[in-house]
Amino acid sequence: MSAVLPGHADDHAHDDHHDHAPTGWRRWVYATNHKDIGTLYLLFAFAMLMIGGLLAMMIRAELFEPGLQFFNPELFNQLTTMHGLIMVFGAIMPAFVGFANWMIPLEIGAPDMAFARMNNLSFWLLIPAAIMLVASFFMPGGAPAAGWTIYAPLTLQMGPSMDMAIFALHVLGASSIMGSINIIVTILNMRAPGMTLMKMPLFVWTWLITAYLLIAVMPVLAGAITMTLTDRHFGTTFFNPAGGGDPVMFQHIFWFFGHPEVYIMILPAFGIISQVVPAFARKKLFGYSSMVYAVASIAILSFIVWAHHMFTTGMPVQGQLFFMYATMLIAVPTAVKIFNWIATMWQGSMTFETPMLFAVGFIFVFTMGGFTGLILAMAPIDLLLQDTYYVVAHFHYVLVAGSLYAMFAGFYYWSPKWTGVMYNERAGKIHFWNSLIAFNVTFFPMHFLGLAGMPRRYADYPAQFTDFNMLASVGAFWFGLTQVYFLFFVLLPVLRGKGEKAPQKPWEGAEGLEWEVPSPAPFHTFETPPKLNAAATRIIG
Amino acid sequence: MKSISTKLASLLLAAGFLPAAYAVNDLPGGPAVRQLNLHEAVTRIAAEQSWLHWFMLITCFVIFVAVFGVMFYSIWKHRKSVGHPPAAFHESVTVEVAWTIVPFLIVIGMALPATKVLVASKDTSNSDLTIKATGYQWKWGYDYINGEGAGIGFLSTLDPTHREMSNEGAKDVPDDYLLKVDNPLVVPVNKKIRIITTANDVIHAWGVPSFGVKQDAIPGFVRDTWFRAEKTGDFYGQCYELCGKEHAYMPIHVKVLAAADYTAWVADQQKKIAAKADDPGKVWTMADITARGEKVYSGTCAACHQANGKGAGPILPLDGSAIVNDADKNKQIQVVLNGRGAMPAWKGQLSDTDIAAAITYTKNHWSNHTGQLVQPAEVLAQRGK
Repeated sequence: MSAVLPGHADDHAHDDHHDHAPTGWRRWVYATNHKDIGTLYLLFAFAMLMIGGLLAMMIRAELFEPGLQFFNPELFNQLTTMHGLIMVFGAIMPAFVGFANWMIPLEIGAPDMAFARMNNLSFWLLIPAAIMLVASFFMPGGAPAAGWTIYAPLTLQMGPSMDMAIFALHVLGASSIMGSINIIVTILNMRAPGMTLMKMPLFVWTWLITAYLLIAVMPVLAGAITMTLTDRHFGTTFFNPAGGGDPVMFQHIFWFFGHPEVYIMILPAFGIISQVVPAFARKKLFGYSSMVYAVASIAILSFIVWAHHMFTTGMPVQGQLFFMYATMLIAVPTAVKIFNWIATMWQGSMTFETPMLFAVGFIFVFTMGGFTGLILAMAPIDLLLQDTYYVVAHFHYVLVAGSLYAMFAGFYYWSPKWTGVMYNERAGKIHFWNSLIAFNVTFFPMHFLGLAGMPRRYADYPAQFTDFNMLASVGAFWFGLTQVYFLFFVLLPVLRGKGEKAPQKPWEGAEGLEWEVPSPAPFHTFETPPKLNAAATRIIG
Repeated sequence: MKSISTKLASLLLAAGFLPAAYAVNDLPGGPAVRQLNLHEAVTRIAAEQSWLHWFMLITCFVIFVAVFGVMFYSIWKHRKSVGHPPAAFHESVTVEVAWTIVPFLIVIGMALPATKVLVASKDTSNSDLTIKATGYQWKWGYDYINGEGAGIGFLSTLDPTHREMSNEGAKDVPDDYLLKVDNPLVVPVNKKIRIITTANDVIHAWGVPSFGVKQDAIPGFVRDTWFRAEKTGDFYGQCYELCGKEHAYMPIHVKVLAAADYTAWVADQQKKIAAKADDPGKVWTMADITARGEKVYSGTCAACHQANGKGAGPILPLDGSAIVNDADKNKQIQVVLNGRGAMPAWKGQLSDTDIAAAITYTKNHWSNHTGQLVQPAEVLAQRGK
């Protein structure tokens, strides 16, 4: 049975156990195999990335010059809102779950995830949710236009698409919670004998911690959006001051979810980078235990910083000070991680194939995003920068140059294992350099726009902001085209099996149980628990 | 593929437009062309914020150069292709402790000056003037509550020609494009101005970069902030919290005047208030009231119902509307006073005269020819019904 797509020639020995396993569409709809489900998640996420990216192109087309050229402001607000919702909930989060599904069982020597059927449901819930989100554009009144942060009481003015989006978010949340339960139970119970927690690959650690974050905060989002729903339709006034409610309470509840959410979107990225860098430096990750403690500290701290998104809401100065200090504190474990990655590279023997390019690119550009985050954490400065393009620049640096680059690094690193073929290295390098340069052309000028006071979520702007907006738009189209290039010249070829046959371990310095199985990984791996060496990195006997 | 042709089209657009750089100048007190840094500070707090920002920027830049200097050196020297063999070390407690403690100390060093500035920026006590800024969808209302000028109140709306320019694609726009209002907020220089923010509908935010000030305007709640402008002149800001479709079109213009000029302005305003005080008992002629109504309509109603009265999407047209053309004037009066569905209630924002004028205008404009005249007294009679 082929590892990735049906029709792909396979040349490895079958197990006869799955002669009765479904083929054709049933293989995918009834999928319980972690590799198939991982593939489904990744393909879904990439499709959503393209859709969210299209919305971004529309936004940047409108913002290319002052004046309204293509869209009225109401539609523009829908574009910005749905771009955010689709990218966060449709692209980034499912992509990391896809990586988790593919790699966690392989890396811990487990045959599959603990709850294979729940795994299936977790994925297939995403499809109706995504359809609802995208279809909301075609509802009366258009898609929700309150920003991805859906603050009350603006949400009370939105049309019926707001209710559909709330429902979609509930479904997405349920999917995430189920996926997280699966991940935690798998990691805690199904590691091969000898793989203690402190011998697990970093990617597994980051997902273990991320899964706890998800279980903790997705219900909080569910609470906030349900209160919004009842305020809209069932006579409650949680967020409506006319009935004794408090609009700011929405923000507290939302950001209590929202801040851990952004760490949910970056911790698995840290895990991927922590595996790619040692492989290409041919040197073990520096400070393994510190890296684990750093991720755990970041996760714990992420619960006590939420109101740094609310510095201008009018909280007392003691509140602002607390949240400022707590937020600045997160810089410390994050810095530790960056130093550890560089220490891994230091005195290594590095080569720069595409996964390493993206990993080094990540370290470089994510750190820039980290610095602007530290600057934003300074409440007096935040007063000037809140709701400006400086914030937009900051989060795109950490989410695109952070999470997305890490995903590309992971894709290039692990796709030979998934597909059995090597991606085109030249195309990979073209993808990397164009992405890196175009990304910076797009988002670096936004720092200037923010410092100059240009507000977010504006369909039109004072003409002095034109030049940097033009530059950002050109960069955005270039970046978007580069991802289309990736689709046609990297992704589609490997999905079709076009490329050099991949060895079992294409990367000389790579370590981990995933490299102990053939490429492509057989449909069933580790059906019996493997016997591991002392470091739990190789199979013996 | 649709996305490719969109991108191609935009690239062509870029190629065509880039040479023709946007011919606009810096706006003093507002954004400058290709501005790289914060606005020039007009208040002490803004100056401190600017200092803090430079401090952060330089510190972060130095750390960045140091750290990535090390990384790029490593990339250059510790490569397999130059024959560098991999070392075996992979942990060091000393190093971990060191690079945990040093960033921690740096962060404390950053937090101390920030604390000082933050505490100062929150102290709104002992102000000379108190002004309430109310966020509406989509304009600001200013009410002078305390101090010299108390009792003055007005709405500050984006110049409608600018809004039209936006729809037309912003060709040949003036330097204060999207920042020009009919009634700027006027304050005296070198006095502590306390700004109380609130809102009428959804959350807005009042921010003026040159003053270093930003505060959310939250419906049902009052927040405050303060500034002491140390220079006279015109200073601009915008709404900084997504508040609906015209979020980009509710600017802030603060005119800072010398003390004597401010006193003169206050006196002038008070005279105007006295003169303008609309007597709801006044009987208007059709010509006068429709002229007044046209102004009210274009400043308040056209944002949703459009200048041509045709509305759009869920916003109902007035041109040809059954309610507008109804023989019973009270139907339309009630809708305007109390709102309906997504349309807000105007009873709190517009006077009887303004409402009567706008209604009369709509009843006798476009294809509506009812010949009806609504007097302010009729609107007054409908309040509370």
